[in-house]
Amino acid sequence: MSAKLHVIEVEVNGKKRFAQVPARLSLVDWLRDELRLTGTHVGCEHGVCGACSVMLDGEPVRACLMYAVQAHGHRVTTVEGLGRPDGGLSVLQDSFCEAHGLQCGYCTPGMLIAAQALLDASPEPTEAQIREAIGGNLCRCTGYQQIVDAVRLAATRLK
Amino acid sequence: MKSAAFEYTRAASIGEACELLARYGDGAKLLAGGQSLVPMMAMRLLRPAWLVDINEIAALKFVAAEKDAVRIGACTRQAVLERDDALAARVPLLRQALAWVGHAQTRNRGTLGGSLAHADPCAELPLAAQVLGARMVLRSTGGARTVGADAFFTGAMSTALKPDECLEEIRWPVWPERRTGSAFTELCIRHGDFAIVAAAAQVALDDAGRCVRAAFGLAAVGQTPLAFPRLAARLVGSALERDLVLETAKCAAGESEPGSDLHASAGYRRHLAGVLAARVLQAAHAKAKAA
Repeated sequence: MSAKLHVIEVEVNGKKRFAQVPARLSLVDWLRDELRLTGTHVGCEHGVCGACSVMLDGEPVRACLMYAVQAHGHRVTTVEGLGRPDGGLSVLQDSFCEAHGLQCGYCTPGMLIAAQALLDASPEPTEAQIREAIGGNLCRCTGYQQIVDAVRLAATRLK
Repeated sequence: MKSAAFEYTRAASIGEACELLARYGDGAKLLAGGQSLVPMMAMRLLRPAWLVDINEIAALKFVAAEKDAVRIGACTRQAVLERDDALAARVPLLRQALAWVGHAQTRNRGTLGGSLAHADPCAELPLAAQVLGARMVLRSTGGARTVGADAFFTGAMSTALKPDECLEEIRWPVWPERRTGSAFTELCIRHGDFAIVAAAAQVALDDAGRCVRAAFGLAAVGQTPLAFPRLAARLVGSALERDLVLETAKCAAGESEPGSDLHASAGYRRHLAGVLAARVLQAAHAKAKAA
């Protein structure tokens, strides 16, 4: 089996990135190991936990279930792309701090991506919509209540 | 949990995808949304030599309404179908089924055709296709052929697709009756998990409230999604009285062939099959009455 490299051009957090990648390299491994964007976490590596969620063309997807080569020509937003341009926390990120929406923090990048995508599409989500949006993200610390509170708080603040 | 090495090609057209399949045969797999294929490759349950990526083929992504059917391109994302109000008005069962498919992140990538071609016996979209008698258009370099759902699903994770064929589009029949209702439900441990049992039904009534058409089915209780056309035919002409519906659901459960695993015994699955089949028939009936 050859280790043929594929040339890719991907817009990551607003910046064009070029790379040569083997086909088997997952998108999350490329983001973390080559671009050093280690905010996106690797959990189960088979699409169950949601820790690796990123936005692809604005929609949340699991970065362990895509090969980096497939992102060629697309736009990727990681948790690093959610903060304010001055480096400060976004309203959603700050709301997670305020509402104690995290403890160990492992699921947090994925939660933030899922919640931000929800707020982008539905600025005034119902509790059911919030729960549905983060339904694909596992958290073993919080029991989810404060995460739901955090997203609701962010929606209120963004009004 | 990393895929073994493989060769990758991004197909620019259906024709190119078919040519690549013809060239590489058994060694090639089509890569659609990848929400089942990629985890299977990560777990090394599959090690295809070639992946032919069909995600960028625009001609495989469409929803086209016709008089008595809706044609959907195989690579249309599940999330796109879920948001399509016009589709939900004509094939309501599809949106009802999609609500149970994985999570927002997987539906954003996952495709209709990918789910059907994967043919997991627990999966929701194959059940909806089986119940409504959707027709699949399969393309190869030799041309296209159309296969009904009953002939398409041949076993657990296996279909009528030959190694050189690409699922191109799926044709969903639209029932003409004004008073049509449908329902989908399932039991799973957590929402988004694989179904322990899933059930779907669609019924149509005349102005007097008599059933003029009925279809229902069950998933996760056999090697393929099961539809029960002979039992559904018994409902036609009735007013879908409670006892008749319960008896019909019980017969369907009796005809199912569930297996046992860590999550549920065969006996429990068979019991659930009867309960859920009755529930979807009654819910579909209520919607048809209100229509």
